[in-house]
Amino acid sequence: MLLGKLSLDALPLHEPIPLITSIVLVLGILGILAWITAKGSWPYLWNEWITSVDHKRIGVMYFMLGFVMLLRGFSDAIMMRAQQALAYNAPGYLPPEHYDQIFSAHGSIMIFFVAMPFMIGLMNFVVPLQIGARDVAFPTFNSVSLWLTATGVLLANVSLAVGEFARTGWLAYPPLSELKFSPGVGVDYYLWSLQLSGIGTLMSGINLVTTILKMRAPGMSYTRMPVFCWTALASNLLIVAAFPILTATFAMLLLDRYLGFHFFTNNFGGNPMMYINLIWAWGHPEVYILILPAFGVFSEVISTFSGKPLFGYRSMVAATMAICILSFMVWLHHFFTMGAGADVNGFFGIMTMIIAVPTGVKVFNWLFTMYGGRIRFEVPILWAIGFMVTFVIGGMTGVLMAVPPVDFVLHNSLFLIAHFHNVVIGGVVFGAFAGYTYWFPKAFGFRLHEGLGKAAFWFWLIGFYVAFMPLYVLGLMGMTRRMQHYDVADWQPWLIVAACGAVLILCGIICHIAQLVVSIRTRAQRMDDTGDPWDGRTLEWSTTSPPPAFNFAVVPDVRGEEAYWGAKRKAIQAGRLAEEPKYEAIEMPRNSPTGFVAAFFATITGFALIWHIWWMVLMGLFGAFATFVAFAWRDVEEFEVPAEEVARMDRERRQARLVIVNPELRA
Amino acid sequence: MSAATSTAAAAQNPHRLGYRGLGPHPSDHGRSPKRIIVGYGFWIFLLSDFVMFSGFFAAFAVLSGANAGGPSGRELFDIHNIGVETGCLLLSSVACGMASLAVDARNAVWTQLMLMVTGLLGLVFIVLEVREFSGLIDQGAGPQRSAFLSSFFALVGCHGLHVSAGLLWLGTMMAQIYAKGFTPNMIRRFMCFSLFWHALDIIWVGVFTVVYLMGVAR
Amino acid sequence: MHTTTERMGRALTLVAGGMVLASCNEGVLSPKGPIGQAEQTILFNATAIMLAVIIPVIALTLTFAWWFRASNKRARYQPDWEYSGRIEMIVWSIPALVVLFLGGIAWISSHDLDPYKPVQSQVSPVEVNVVSLDWKWLFIYPDKSIASINELTVPVGTPIHFHLTSGTVMNSFFVPQLGSQIYTMAGMTSELNLLADTPGVYRGLSAQFSGDGFSDMHFNVKVVTASDFAAWLAKVRGSGEKLDDVAYQKLLLPGIEPNVRIYGTVDPGIFESILLQPAEGVSPYGAPGRPPHLLSKSES
Repeated sequence: MLLGKLSLDALPLHEPIPLITSIVLVLGILGILAWITAKGSWPYLWNEWITSVDHKRIGVMYFMLGFVMLLRGFSDAIMMRAQQALAYNAPGYLPPEHYDQIFSAHGSIMIFFVAMPFMIGLMNFVVPLQIGARDVAFPTFNSVSLWLTATGVLLANVSLAVGEFARTGWLAYPPLSELKFSPGVGVDYYLWSLQLSGIGTLMSGINLVTTILKMRAPGMSYTRMPVFCWTALASNLLIVAAFPILTATFAMLLLDRYLGFHFFTNNFGGNPMMYINLIWAWGHPEVYILILPAFGVFSEVISTFSGKPLFGYRSMVAATMAICILSFMVWLHHFFTMGAGADVNGFFGIMTMIIAVPTGVKVFNWLFTMYGGRIRFEVPILWAIGFMVTFVIGGMTGVLMAVPPVDFVLHNSLFLIAHFHNVVIGGVVFGAFAGYTYWFPKAFGFRLHEGLGKAAFWFWLIGFYVAFMPLYVLGLMGMTRRMQHYDVADWQPWLIVAACGAVLILCGIICHIAQLVVSIRTRAQRMDDTGDPWDGRTLEWSTTSPPPAFNFAVVPDVRGEEAYWGAKRKAIQAGRLAEEPKYEAIEMPRNSPTGFVAAFFATITGFALIWHIWWMVLMGLFGAFATFVAFAWRDVEEFEVPAEEVARMDRERRQARLVIVNPELRA
Repeated sequence: MSAATSTAAAAQNPHRLGYRGLGPHPSDHGRSPKRIIVGYGFWIFLLSDFVMFSGFFAAFAVLSGANAGGPSGRELFDIHNIGVETGCLLLSSVACGMASLAVDARNAVWTQLMLMVTGLLGLVFIVLEVREFSGLIDQGAGPQRSAFLSSFFALVGCHGLHVSAGLLWLGTMMAQIYAKGFTPNMIRRFMCFSLFWHALDIIWVGVFTVVYLMGVAR
Repeated sequence: MHTTTERMGRALTLVAGGMVLASCNEGVLSPKGPIGQAEQTILFNATAIMLAVIIPVIALTLTFAWWFRASNKRARYQPDWEYSGRIEMIVWSIPALVVLFLGGIAWISSHDLDPYKPVQSQVSPVEVNVVSLDWKWLFIYPDKSIASINELTVPVGTPIHFHLTSGTVMNSFFVPQLGSQIYTMAGMTSELNLLADTPGVYRGLSAQFSGDGFSDMHFNVKVVTASDFAAWLAKVRGSGEKLDDVAYQKLLLPGIEPNVRIYGTVDPGIFESILLQPAEGVSPYGAPGRPPHLLSKSES
């Protein structure tokens, strides 16, 4: 039993689409690795990125991971749209066993490997800078979190070439996901990939909560924290409270599948309804984990580009924390049709509507932030305005379905699909792109090309409406989700329109890729010399672009005033910078291969578990344990940046900033 | 807009970002010391672990009546054995507490001794639990027999796995204290370990109440 | 003379208009029973209330964004204005009031339209037992001793009282034009009460994904006059096959049913015995590691 269940049968030799895709991907990856080797970049990549424990580097890598997975998830989407546009009284080009994997992979990848990395990446990069900290609370664990997420990504994608993915939908309801009805390795790929990356996410949650609560700069009380940090706090509290439920639930399903337990089987007392309750007790907070940081991004962007502070700061904070708590009290609205009875359904319907109140308050507060402002139409605020218009439509349809009898006719229909894409794309994805454009100069030292950014925005915005408004109509026409083919002629025109929308979104994605390439090539024209390209209001804009490893030469003291904005106003008023501070040596955490190596062993363990290769499981577990012992055994954990070096770097920064207080210097 | 107005306004307007109230403030100190940060983060981890256990507790509560015609808790549980297990775990927590005192006193010998006692008592707990499990399986009351038994084995087993992981951690830490002595790192890690160990005790109290005592009383 | 653009424009308008009209003539927006009708009414009312909030919000968003653009010198720049108690009051009140109102609708309608609640009618209900299988629907008329696959015939104006279960995985019984759907789950029954008030043929489907043959799990609901229903019963009783345990085991084999099938004789208590079965799936689900190809028709 050297290879468990693994055999040549696992390769898609008789299935052209996965075969060709896998070959192209493998060749592509090998090509990239060969190119890196040819350029001799391995030492740089290893030392500066792969083993980095710097929150800024980790944030960038999360975001890159999310974007690459967006390409994979979107390919799934466009394949689905094409199939549905074609498959009226016809088989289409994707047989059910493939189509089912594609929609399951689409959902799993988009939520876990696109949206989560986007948001966690932004929070990782920005939060320590905004609170005046040098890094997160546990930098090496941060690296472990990142690489465990990559483990999940790797396992999910390997399923394309070796074996299969789940064919159950992205939440794998039993009994369909039990061994009897899903005997293949697909559900196991799904479960282990998400279980392992879930450990990473939970660690990230613990890390960021501790950072925000215990590492703020002197004088930064809670009511001085930027709203993005508040939403990050709420989101990470939700991660800490909700992800363990996912871990437990997946563990139960794994026990059913591997050891014949009876948590969710149809017989021996198993209870599939319990899975649905547990998974949505995680699942609903999960969508708030995704949207809250996006709300935070929009708060920052709207206030910066309106040239005004955020309207109703305390009310925004209250609304954020209210959403945080209420998100745990609405989960049953995902299965009103499971027959819980009128009292239970009514209660959860009302709770779901209540959560719309703080959300509505936020929208109004953004509106009044713009009122009386001087709005500069840079790309980030285009995304924000697009969000405000789009998200409220999605919110409306959500409140509609929160009325149980309405849900009785719309549950699992394309109306539901349109609703959640409305809020996730309009909210999370638009927020990710706004944050990306807003903080890109801080991360890399130059701004992104504006024209291509605007083009990407318009393609995404229009593409979204063309792709998803037809789905609302189709849901009302009675079309349910996940259909591989259908026999109702009236549905097809709408599905064709939706497919065209997907093509428009594809153009948007291409614009983003082009924007990145062009921006890098022509970066000299858009350098961010001062570190404050947008006339920002929060502490990250006081650093250079990119900031040094230690973020701040001297930890900012915000006891007297609003962080950064107050200091900037004072300096501009006085016509000169504040006095040069006294510089001291700074100790920073050393880079470490712990994260990468631990994740390597986790990947091996996961793959071995999927294919029942037990000796390899033991080896992987032992390797992971050994990695942690090695990490725990190291003697030198930090390195020192000498005071003279700190002083030199900071004097350069101050020199570059003179042009802010003395605009005449801008020759 | 003048800088003076900005900062003055910030200080006085409670609705404004930047308002701080009057007088000194806990946030004046800035970043907390490393010991507090590590302890706080570990606490949050423990809370998340409690949430995970509560998932298993909830499943147990839902499935506790689902015997599928098989044996129930009353027929299966040996309360005497559970009492011994509980005693071992509680005593091991006492030993861990003594180890804490020894660490505070920087006494290497007593620290290692007390850690050894902690570990041995924990090991006895695990051995007794494994014996209980294999006994149940031998009588045909394994986790595959019914949903009730599945949830029992998963909940109690999850706790047992945590204890076993704790023993692994304990052994590694004893080795490290031997090799490196009482460095600030080791002291912080020991603090985390004892938090972990005591937390497992708390979970165990929940387990033997909900699973064993209530199961037998049913 | 019409230019190509004008012709294309007109064609597109016709197509779009046709699509929109068609969309109003089927599904949820074309209810054929009081349950569906009530649900559609709530949908319209709730939508109208919500639109009354979000249309102004969208309009204000675009208006503010436009008016307060940096190049507009007429707009008043108020860089310090960041709080107004009055606005906060309104901003919290509007959503709260809307939610209060819609919440009331939600509570009342959840009770009025509870699937378990019998439909008000003078006519006594027809009992139908529903079993979702992989991948077809089995309808049993327990007191008429008749069953059918993928077709449900019911009399108009008569309450239909469903007891539903699944022989395998979760599905959802849904006839959009009649109203509410309900999940079907093995080992237990869910209940649904519907009524059709117009004769016709309506589409039914499963709304919970259940595997490779899921897309073929649609069925027709034939709503006929009472006399036609009686005539149909008389015609099919005794004919066709018998639904007993042997026949049911054959139905459990995974496969789709392209044709309607009628069982003229039904074992009494077959539904109760289905409830007691382990519902663990039947062996032709394929070997581990390879995706099974299972769209063969089940054996007769």
